[in-house]
Amino acid sequence: MAVLSTGQRLKSGVCTTEIMVITAPQEDLDLTCGGAPMTANGDESNTGLNPDFADGTTIGKRYVNVDGKLEILCVKPGDGSLAIAGDKLKLKDSKKLPKTD
Amino acid sequence: MNIMMLLEMAASAFPARKAFYDPTVDQDISYEELLREARKKSQVLRESGTSRCVLLDTTNLGIPIALFSSAWAGIPYVPINYRLTLDEIDALLERVQPAFLITDGDREPRYRGRNALRVASRDEFRDATPINSNDDFHWSMEPDEVAVLLFTSGTTGIPKAAVMRQRHLCSYILGSVEFMSASEDEATLVSVPPYHIAGIGAILSSVYSGRRVVQMSQFDAGEWLQLVREHNVTTAFVVPTMLARIVKALDGRTTAGLPNLQSIAYGGGKMPRNIVERALDLFPETEFTNAYGLTETSSTITVLGPEEHREALSSRDIDVRRRLASVGTPLPGIELDIRDSDGNSLSEGSHGEVYVRGDQVSGEYEGRGSTLDTDGWFCTRDAGYIENGYLFLEGRSDDVIVRGGENLSPGEIEDVLLDHACVEDAAVVGIPSDEWGESVAAVVCLDGVVSVSELQDWVRNRMRSSRVPESIEFWEELPYNETGKLLRRVIRERLSP
Repeated sequence: MAVLSTGQRLKSGVCTTEIMVITAPQEDLDLTCGGAPMTANGDESNTGLNPDFADGTTIGKRYVNVDGKLEILCVKPGDGSLAIAGDKLKLKDSKKLPKTD
Repeated sequence: MNIMMLLEMAASAFPARKAFYDPTVDQDISYEELLREARKKSQVLRESGTSRCVLLDTTNLGIPIALFSSAWAGIPYVPINYRLTLDEIDALLERVQPAFLITDGDREPRYRGRNALRVASRDEFRDATPINSNDDFHWSMEPDEVAVLLFTSGTTGIPKAAVMRQRHLCSYILGSVEFMSASEDEATLVSVPPYHIAGIGAILSSVYSGRRVVQMSQFDAGEWLQLVREHNVTTAFVVPTMLARIVKALDGRTTAGLPNLQSIAYGGGKMPRNIVERALDLFPETEFTNAYGLTETSSTITVLGPEEHREALSSRDIDVRRRLASVGTPLPGIELDIRDSDGNSLSEGSHGEVYVRGDQVSGEYEGRGSTLDTDGWFCTRDAGYIENGYLFLEGRSDDVIVRGGENLSPGEIEDVLLDHACVEDAAVVGIPSDEWGESVAAVVCLDGVVSVSELQDWVRNRMRSSRVPESIEFWEELPYNETGKLLRRVIRERLSP
């Protein structure tokens, strides 16, 4: 459990996923990937990849929690699923925008 | 957050793709190579012990390297307008040194040997390697680190240095660009100079979307058309004067014959309606997007998209047709508000000053701190109003003419003058008047024969009489700065006795 901050980078302990925090609420959160905690150094977890949390992450996609207060960006893809306290994060819908510059 | 992360993602997802191409030397650089160069140069910058990386040069392959390596080294990147006079450049350098200065070979001797500058020519910078290579040297993810200092164009006074922090630029890209959304055969032609916010935005959004950049260091309409054709350019951004010159270069043609050019985005100043309409005819296969933004807002904040252009052109509804004169609706994450001169919010349709809020909005100047109000709103100093969610601009609020207590928008009067077949260009300014406080004066460039009184009648038949210019002068051309901003101050000075 930790309070996450904008710009913070975290790594999965059970797959190659890496994320960056875009926005986070001021409260303790239990962010996991593949069922194991995410840490700054990607400390390897001995639990292995939990098959219930193995949908995979996609580089460049943004993920949000239910109330939308947490938003994170996948900067390296992997096999695990991102979750907060067991609830999987959802892909954020992005409106297709015309290219401007 | 750090813009280096955007490049790192690109280099890991599509390493071998060509990122930038400079046709003048027929050289390109891939994302992988760009990442490698950024690492190397960040250590060169770090070893120099300087606190800024200043770029005084035209567009070339070293520019994205300088931008990203500065972010990696954790020092602000400061591109300076090379078209300024030597004295003006010196005055800006004073404000940003001690600095690492990258400049072209012709200029380099002038600066070599100055105490507070570590000078590298364009070629020296490309060849530079650190004395002690350090593979563990990583960039900071601190969102408040300053990424770019950009001098505003200073059309109204001494240039201000706008501060863009890592979080502003990253928010802009993450909020407006989809990662890897471009296919490998897409290319964008970047002709805005490196010291323009759209030039910075173009580097970042192209890298994140994976779109190859074809660089153009000196804009010329004929060459622009040739580059689009020769290098299979699919998208481009132009400022109003560029599009006007492109349209002029195609004079007498019914079509530009560039079906591969999927989209043109324009912005950076008021675009005359007749130029857009002519461009839409000349590029029938091309989608047009109008983007409005400021240096202080990390580029684009509102967009009028391709469908809206088409809809406006073909609609019978006058309100929908008028949208072609708007700058569209805000990007996701951007809020707009129109306020009176006391800062009170106005209702939809009321004319006032445009305020903006969002994560990409910096509104900060070096030495002056943040100009955002306590709720995070930035006053753009642009006059405008919102109608059905669409933002219409009426020029800088300082340019609004106050005649006998009535606020008049120069842009509205200019549009009416431009609708006259003999008028090629027009500018309207307020000049001091004993009777009215300010009176309306127009300067017009002609393409045909028309008298002052005929033009006054033309306006009188279309607008309220207070808007009819009391004086109209005919000039050969209007004064613009090199990125297409009309220099109203210069016009006022020449007209005022």
